[in-house]
Amino acid sequence: MSLQITDLKIYYQTLRGEVQALESTTFSMADGEIMGLAGESGCGKTTLGHSLIYMKPPMKYMGGQVLLDGEELPIWDMDRMNEFRFKKISIIPQYAMNAMNPTRKIGKMISELLGSRGVDFKAILPELERRLGLVKLSTSVLDMYPIELSGGMKQRMVMVLSTLLNPSLLIADEITSALDVASQKAVAEMLVEFRNQGYCKSAIVITHDISILYQIADSILIMYAGQLAEKASTETIIHAPRHPYTKLLISSLPEIGIKSTEKRLTGIPGNPPLLLNPPVGCRFRERCPVAFEKCTEAPPFIEVEPGHHIACWKEGETNA
Amino acid sequence: MLSLDRVTKVYRVGTFGGKELRAVNEVSFDIKEGEVTSLIGESGSGKSTIGKMILHLISISSGAIKFKGKDVSHLSGDALKEYYRNVQGVFQDPFSSYNPIFKADRVFTNVREEFFPDMQDAAWRDKVNSAIESVGMNPEHVLNKYPHQLSGGQLQRFLIARALLLDIHFLVADEIISMLDASTRIDVLNLLADLKLRGLAILFITHDLSLAHYISENAVILYRGCVAEMGATEKIFSHPIHPYTKMLMASVPRLDEKWKTGTTELTSKEIGTPEGCPYFDRCPVADKALGCDRFRPTLQELEPNHFVACYRYEKNG
Repeated sequence: MSLQITDLKIYYQTLRGEVQALESTTFSMADGEIMGLAGESGCGKTTLGHSLIYMKPPMKYMGGQVLLDGEELPIWDMDRMNEFRFKKISIIPQYAMNAMNPTRKIGKMISELLGSRGVDFKAILPELERRLGLVKLSTSVLDMYPIELSGGMKQRMVMVLSTLLNPSLLIADEITSALDVASQKAVAEMLVEFRNQGYCKSAIVITHDISILYQIADSILIMYAGQLAEKASTETIIHAPRHPYTKLLISSLPEIGIKSTEKRLTGIPGNPPLLLNPPVGCRFRERCPVAFEKCTEAPPFIEVEPGHHIACWKEGETNA
Repeated sequence: MLSLDRVTKVYRVGTFGGKELRAVNEVSFDIKEGEVTSLIGESGSGKSTIGKMILHLISISSGAIKFKGKDVSHLSGDALKEYYRNVQGVFQDPFSSYNPIFKADRVFTNVREEFFPDMQDAAWRDKVNSAIESVGMNPEHVLNKYPHQLSGGQLQRFLIARALLLDIHFLVADEIISMLDASTRIDVLNLLADLKLRGLAILFITHDLSLAHYISENAVILYRGCVAEMGATEKIFSHPIHPYTKMLMASVPRLDEKWKTGTTELTSKEIGTPEGCPYFDRCPVADKALGCDRFRPTLQELEPNHFVACYRYEKNG
């Protein structure tokens, strides 16, 4: 198990109270797994990703344990996490296009960054150049300012930079959403290649685009309103989902080959609940077509088949 | 209903405006009543520029836009206002389309002040209510609220309702669902399909090919301001001809099949001349013998309602 999360709970402190962004989350990831983390905006997927590496206020740690390669991550302690950041756990932030210092040449910026972690730039340079070649960037980018690169190039540059110290876990936050389809495909494929080469042991790919995950992820975790809904292998989530939310979500995706005049897709009626005072029990209850009395209690995230977890009373029951 | 005839937009760039940037280069296509035409292209391909030129938000450098047979490229004053009764637009970001200080219904009041100053209160209320109902919302739930109290999908449908108040015939929908969530975007998309059945013509600007296929009859593939391929959506999607379209189709993430590896070309090989085919430097089948680097191919109708601009696939060639 490369990553083991138990009962992780993250709230946001606001003037109006606590936003319950991530409710008792328990799941684990195998070595070498690329896990897709999907859900609507505001479902807590970015909160989950960021809490593992940089718990910036108003994010508030409420409890739970994170084990990375058997070692506990002190995610509530900003200073102690410094030992782990970049070396053991790394992130490709959302809008990586703007993640680089615009006033420094890229090579200079990398050397400063490595220096702050006590790593010698000169020693790592040959490896850096080799990896730039892998993402089809010439080594001359190190002498350029970020503004001289296109969006797709910056994304690839940040990808190389984030994985330079071979982290055990890489968090990729919406890395493809701002790119056009061609660069999207290239970046996604490179991520898989990085995992295959061992530049990162495993990766969490946060995105709202499930069709990208189908292409690259080994497993997919679906979240809804701060709760885990379902985790299973990619094939299972796409072709045989069991949680009602996953089912509705997958069936609402337009695919090439479907026309509005022939087959009408339907959305999910209603809106996600506000997390400031979320409803007790299953948070999907109000939009769920199969909800019943028991759903006022929060359903546990249980394993119904090997590797297939769901949090739903109805589906869990038919299985028990 | 609306036709573009060699519409071009040139921007002056460089320190003293000495250089020219052709954002849109001699683009021509027609949109008929009750049809959705998708304008597909990557960022910077000029697709939004075309939408904005149709909406008169930016001027046209050369060429003409005709609406119902009348040249509307240089309207102003009352004629322009009359044009806006027929043609409206909805844009990508529903959150920044509203002034957060005012209630969201202000967009309706603005329309009333501008276009229906003489209408009675009760009649106006009915009109607003029916427009909101026609976009699938309950007026009681959404009226009298501030923008932050409504979801992105609701705000976006509000803007469509605003356009419908004017009894429009043509709607420019510029990436209107790219900021919405999967569970709500399909509702907005279905709404467009309903409006189409009522005879509205829609220009659906998008970079998402699966959405374009779902909604549109015709598609225009744009690359660096030039039309690469256009025609019936079916034909373009089932057998794309232009190398750029082929590459796009191969890169779309699908749920029914996995990507084939090694179809994406990221590095440009050889730079062609500005007069050459815009896709020359990335094209896998470019051939100097055909003149790809020196002359820009024109659109050829290879089969009924399927046009391609590529020397490699010209008739008899």
